[in-house]
Amino acid sequence: MSELASEPSAEGQTVEAPSATPAKPVLSEGKKAERRLGLLLCAPAAIVMLAVTGWPIIYSIWLSLQRYDLRFPDQRQFVGLDNYIAVLSDGYWWTAFAVTTGITIVSVAIELVLGMLLALIMHRTLVGRGLVRTVSLIPYGIVTVVAAFSWFYAWNTDTGWLTALFGAQAPLTDRFASLGIIVLAEVWKTTPFMALLLMAGLALVPDDLLKAASMDGASAWQRFTKVIVPVMKPAILVALLFRTLDAFRVFDNIFVLTKGANDTSSVSMQTYNNLIKGLNLGIGSTMSVLIFIAVAIIAFIFIKLFGAAAPGNDPGGRR
Amino acid sequence: MAAIAVDTSKSGTKLLDRRGRWAVVDIVVVVYALIPVLWTLSLSFKTPEAQTDKYFWPTSWTWQNYKDIFTTSEFVRALINSIGIAIIATLIAVVLGTMAAYAIARLDFPGKQFLVGVSLLIAMFPQVSLVSPLFEMERNLGLFDTWLGLILPYITFALPLAIYTLSAFFREIPWELEKAAKMDGATPGQAFRRVIAPLAAPGVFTTAILVFIFCWNDFLFAISLTSTERSRTVPAALSFFTGASQFEAPVGTIKRRLFVARARLKEVLTGGGSNGGDDSPFDLPRFKKPKRELAAV
Repeated sequence: MSELASEPSAEGQTVEAPSATPAKPVLSEGKKAERRLGLLLCAPAAIVMLAVTGWPIIYSIWLSLQRYDLRFPDQRQFVGLDNYIAVLSDGYWWTAFAVTTGITIVSVAIELVLGMLLALIMHRTLVGRGLVRTVSLIPYGIVTVVAAFSWFYAWNTDTGWLTALFGAQAPLTDRFASLGIIVLAEVWKTTPFMALLLMAGLALVPDDLLKAASMDGASAWQRFTKVIVPVMKPAILVALLFRTLDAFRVFDNIFVLTKGANDTSSVSMQTYNNLIKGLNLGIGSTMSVLIFIAVAIIAFIFIKLFGAAAPGNDPGGRR
Repeated sequence: MAAIAVDTSKSGTKLLDRRGRWAVVDIVVVVYALIPVLWTLSLSFKTPEAQTDKYFWPTSWTWQNYKDIFTTSEFVRALINSIGIAIIATLIAVVLGTMAAYAIARLDFPGKQFLVGVSLLIAMFPQVSLVSPLFEMERNLGLFDTWLGLILPYITFALPLAIYTLSAFFREIPWELEKAAKMDGATPGQAFRRVIAPLAAPGVFTTAILVFIFCWNDFLFAISLTSTERSRTVPAALSFFTGASQFEAPVGTIKRRLFVARARLKEVLTGGGSNGGDDSPFDLPRFKKPKRELAAV
């Protein structure tokens, strides 16, 4: 995210999108019917989404204020912010937080570069375009756990061809080697997703603009930085936002590759361990709430960077 | 990677040279994408003795792993769970998502921005935050370790995806057609069913595949909200696999890979997920063939 933070928020202060329809004093019959239908059609989706996320979040805040361990259900009691103090003063939590942040930043940065290269290749290649596009999407279509097992067996000391190839000594028992492998697995799996989103942005770059730049003597690199990237900025931000939030939730790869051994567990792993292994609902819920807050902060920073480019903000309204 | 930004205008003899360079780049991409896949395939065909030889390719081939995996009820049951749960969740999410996306793309009503905002929030939601409360709530409601217990969160997290993809599709549909239908006396409801729905079918199909992949891929909910093979899906079962040998795991992966690849292929066919581009961008026959052979086994 560091490269984003340094970006001047030139478009930060944008004009408010004009409200789609000025309030009309009297609604016609058709307008009323349209409103009713609109609400009716949205209601089921809205109800499901709110019921399965809204209420549980409130419930988990409530749980996080209690001492509640399923192994000792009799000791359930309201303890205020004790759980938060316990978690936030715990070394494991901060280690996990650092690991998660590290994995997120490193893998998203690598994915952005590789994803951009891949998008350019898929967009521009002269030969075998269909083949490249199909094959490069395979990692995205593969179940994360499956891909993680593939890497696990590749780096395993018993079976691993990569271990043999690099002559490594049990890389999955070394902290930094394991983290590197986790990042590798993440990057391999999600770069196509990044490339897909970036390719949609690439398609918006007008060819004429590139030709004009080329006429004026711009080198390939100049065309990339001065023409392509500015036009693609919204697409890049969307891709970064989705991937950052996704990377912050990293769980599957770590679960399969190291099970969180040697200080490689992420905040999601910690929560899972406390909840399902430890059966400590109070602490688990506290971690849930903390992760939620962390993600909300990340999202807030990105939305600030977006300005008017945010997906929900559609100034055109209905065309 | 300077070659990438070279523009495609014809410049005579250099074209061939450039093609060569592109071919090299393409090969790098293909190798990058396929190596872990081939490695898993290779492991699944290795005999138990060969599994520790650390060669990339199997030195001796066997089908035994595949035979074993389909005789364990654990795996077959997980496969049924996975397919059933993913299909039901996909159906419901797509129906609800289609309704909401139509309203968002076409109708004017209060609370529209709110709904879009909420679904964006959910798309970004850390799923692990839901695991603790859902775990407790589902235990109390008796939904823990049931299909419904997994279907509900899947629908919730699939809905934003469905709403976004579908409303983008719906916006591309000519607005005039609906107006014409209304001119001819159709109610907004009829205009939706008779005119827009058929036009939107490809978009709906693409969305269904994306949603299906999402449900199929999920691991966190699957291991947190299930405890027995009654509702444990394949990714979860895989992580608990302790069969005759630990190497049954990669075998299971293959089957799922085939399934996912097939689903993804359809997405690709309908041009979803990427901007389709000019020429039919995806080379299907070449991709389809080897899969058929394996699936037939």
